Amino acid sequence: MSAHDNGIWSWITTVDHKRIGVMYFVAALVFFVIAGVEALMIRIQLWRPENDFISAATYSQMFTMHGTTMIFLVAMPMAVAFFNLIIPLQIGARDVAFPRLNALSFWTFLFGGIFLNSSFLFGAAPNTSWVAYANLTSIQFSPGHNVDFWVLGLSILGISSIMGGVNFITTIIQLRAPGMKLMRMPLFTWMTFVTSFILVTALPVFAVALILLAFDRFFGANFYEPNAGGDPILWQHLFWIFGHPEVYILILPSFGVISDVIPTFSRKPLFGYPIVVYAGIMIGFLGWGVWSHHMFTTGLGPIADAFFVASTMIIAIPTAVKIFNWIATMWGGQIRFTTAMLYSIGLLAIFTLGGLSGIMHAAAPIDLQQHDTHFVVAHFHYVVAGGVMMGLFAGLYYWFPKITGRLMDERLGRINFWTYFVGFNLTFFPMHISGMFGMPRRTWTYAAELNIALPNMLSTIGAFIFALSALILVYTIIKSAISGEPAGPNPWNASTLEWSIPSPPPHYNFAEIPTVRSREPLWREDERREIEAVTLKVPDVEPVMPNSSYMPILLAFGVALTWGLVMTGKWWAPLIGLAYVGVCILMWAFEDPFAKKGA
Amino acid sequence: MSTSEIAAEARGHDQGKHASVGFYWTIAGILGVITAMEVAIFYIDALEPALAPILLTLSAVKFAMVVMFFMHLKFDSKVFTIVFLTGLSIGTFVVIALILLYQFLPRFAS
Amino acid sequence: MSDTAVATDHHYTATGLPTWKVGFWTFMGSECLFFASLISTYMVYKGASTTGPFPADVLNIPLTSISTFVLLMSSTAMVLALDGVQRGKKRLATFWLAMVIMLGGTFLGFQVYEFNHFVHEGLTISQNVFGSTFFVLTGFHGAHVTVGVIWLTVLFIMSLRGKLEPADALKVEIAGLYWHFVDIVWIVIFTLIYLLQ
Repeated sequence: MSAHDNGIWSWITTVDHKRIGVMYFVAALVFFVIAGVEALMIRIQLWRPENDFISAATYSQMFTMHGTTMIFLVAMPMAVAFFNLIIPLQIGARDVAFPRLNALSFWTFLFGGIFLNSSFLFGAAPNTSWVAYANLTSIQFSPGHNVDFWVLGLSILGISSIMGGVNFITTIIQLRAPGMKLMRMPLFTWMTFVTSFILVTALPVFAVALILLAFDRFFGANFYEPNAGGDPILWQHLFWIFGHPEVYILILPSFGVISDVIPTFSRKPLFGYPIVVYAGIMIGFLGWGVWSHHMFTTGLGPIADAFFVASTMIIAIPTAVKIFNWIATMWGGQIRFTTAMLYSIGLLAIFTLGGLSGIMHAAAPIDLQQHDTHFVVAHFHYVVAGGVMMGLFAGLYYWFPKITGRLMDERLGRINFWTYFVGFNLTFFPMHISGMFGMPRRTWTYAAELNIALPNMLSTIGAFIFALSALILVYTIIKSAISGEPAGPNPWNASTLEWSIPSPPPHYNFAEIPTVRSREPLWREDERREIEAVTLKVPDVEPVMPNSSYMPILLAFGVALTWGLVMTGKWWAPLIGLAYVGVCILMWAFEDPFAKKGA
Repeated sequence: MSTSEIAAEARGHDQGKHASVGFYWTIAGILGVITAMEVAIFYIDALEPALAPILLTLSAVKFAMVVMFFMHLKFDSKVFTIVFLTGLSIGTFVVIALILLYQFLPRFAS
Repeated sequence: MSDTAVATDHHYTATGLPTWKVGFWTFMGSECLFFASLISTYMVYKGASTTGPFPADVLNIPLTSISTFVLLMSSTAMVLALDGVQRGKKRLATFWLAMVIMLGGTFLGFQVYEFNHFVHEGLTISQNVFGSTFFVLTGFHGAHVTVGVIWLTVLFIMSLRGKLEPADALKVEIAGLYWHFVDIVWIVIFTLIYLLQ
């Protein structure tokens, strides 16, 4: 089966990073719409005081699934879509280090996401919020299957992420083109590198938190059982030891995107490249030392609190440094306000606002007032829906021409951006106010006497404008894919290696791997000519690429099956799944991806 | 595995110094002796106050010896050390931080 | 294992290192966090059980010292097996691979005996916090050992059939890295659970 095929089987068995990236992006977009609908349900319910659009029970499912879906099935997979699509092209490689493992990560993610959302079919969608604090999640207080779906679904997704992290770390270490020293890599590659390290170290902690909860629920263990001496706060520790590095997993890829986009549309190299790199690495390490700022209200004591206040304030510094470097990059440059650039500049503004509310939270005494109010909801939507998503959409408009060979419609893009910007701010800025007036989180209604009806009304209107923006985005993507203006290899006149090959790339990416001599290879005339001489030619003999394989999807199914069988409560049921997984692994191990197929 | 991969693998080992079988048995012997010491120390009542630091040190030595010599990390490229040590150091930090938060800090809470 | 290094037709890598080895050391860094979290859970819950059996009631130091020693010797057998494969000494390699499996299986036998004994003493996963933390930590370690034994059995069968050439040494080396990792995790567990009760 050749990589040029277009049938559905060629997609199901693909090991090509570009196809896997497209599948990740499409899946993330679908989940984005689903989670968006969940958000609209929330906003309609909160439109006016004491509304009864949905019940309290349904409301709990809505905010739980909205958060869980947006983080694990939208933001993370969309970033991984870009890791897949762009990293090999930026470093001059033909694919990632482990192509079949890459496909396995995708199918595992998809089955995990489907498993999680299948809970709706049973009327048992997760309902204990995306943080699922113990011991609300115990069998005693959550007897239904809601929490089971959450625990098992996210376990499946965790496996996908860890494998992806290993793959990208290995890819970036091993497959850089000759001459591409670490300090010559594009910033998006650098931030992906750091993110991948955080992925492989933080996700296992979450896996353990989930395992302990699963053992409590399915096998009567006592990890979070206060009567037996267990401590529900341990869940919070383990969750946030994962959860805080997780937010850096979310934001660093977006920081990487704009670190490539801003120089391109300022026609200037990134200001202070090494500092931006080191700031990213620092964020990766310091992110491990701040987690209990999510737990200031749990009574850790003044010494612990003081430590985490200090560490949280310190971690703002490397991010601030990056913001200054991005601004300095634009200073004195020739700015082109393409949609990608609009989203990037938008990130600078919105993320900074989110950072400011974050600094307020860092001060424990203030946080005691803000915790569990909508002020926190405002903060994290500013940094995630503002920072993370705007960065990823900048990446979309920037790299769409490379992947599809067509430019995205810039006029529609501007409409998309401005509806996004207006809708987003109208939705979330008022939450600072309603939060300050004491509006609690995760509560399905509020009394009229609280005088927070106006901010809520504004938020709901904003949410619908925001939803409109999302629809425009989907429309723009589809329209541009079908009839967008054809793009050459380098429509933006950018400097990095992915722009030296045709758009879309041939399935082998590079006819011959070029040699790189600087950080902006295509901005140096002699280097550019040298590179394009080998990257734009059509090879006499096409490079040999690994075969497609059925094993990734078969094994992914086995992983999902094994975890799903835990739900039966019988200890021997998952062993059946494990046996199937074992057989798949053996078949995988003895499969030769370079065996010649057919005559 | 291709020829260049064999060559790469050989380069991954320290040039020239290929550990001998005798070397491995020596390491094994040392590991066995340290384990015996640990068990013996466990039974010596006089050492009870210093039990934790002594045993932690001895097992850290065993840990390091298996990693450096059996897993060959000492003689291989620094790349392997960096990727492994990143995980190991963060893991060690997590264990120490949680022990501090649970077993030591509550004594000093006001 | 040949979907490594697709950068060029010539299996080029930027480091000259085997790609599988880079990936596998990274994975082991990740596993450090997995076991660190389980170990942390055990450590924070020391002394927290409101009801027995307690560690001193059930932990058998002499027995576990022997199983610890067995596991250490299995690591020795592992490096000798790898050495055999690397030097083309196929019969030696097969012998030492069999030894690793036998010693690893013996360790698992000790674990099964210990678990059974504890259950008879009234310590189950649901009995108290000690039961939960003990069985989950040592159970996941045991599961990792089991995976290792299966992996090594596959290699043993290949070796028995004469299929492990020096060019295949990387496969055995990776399996060896996994096996030693499982051993060093046990070193930590043995000290923290048994010796530092």
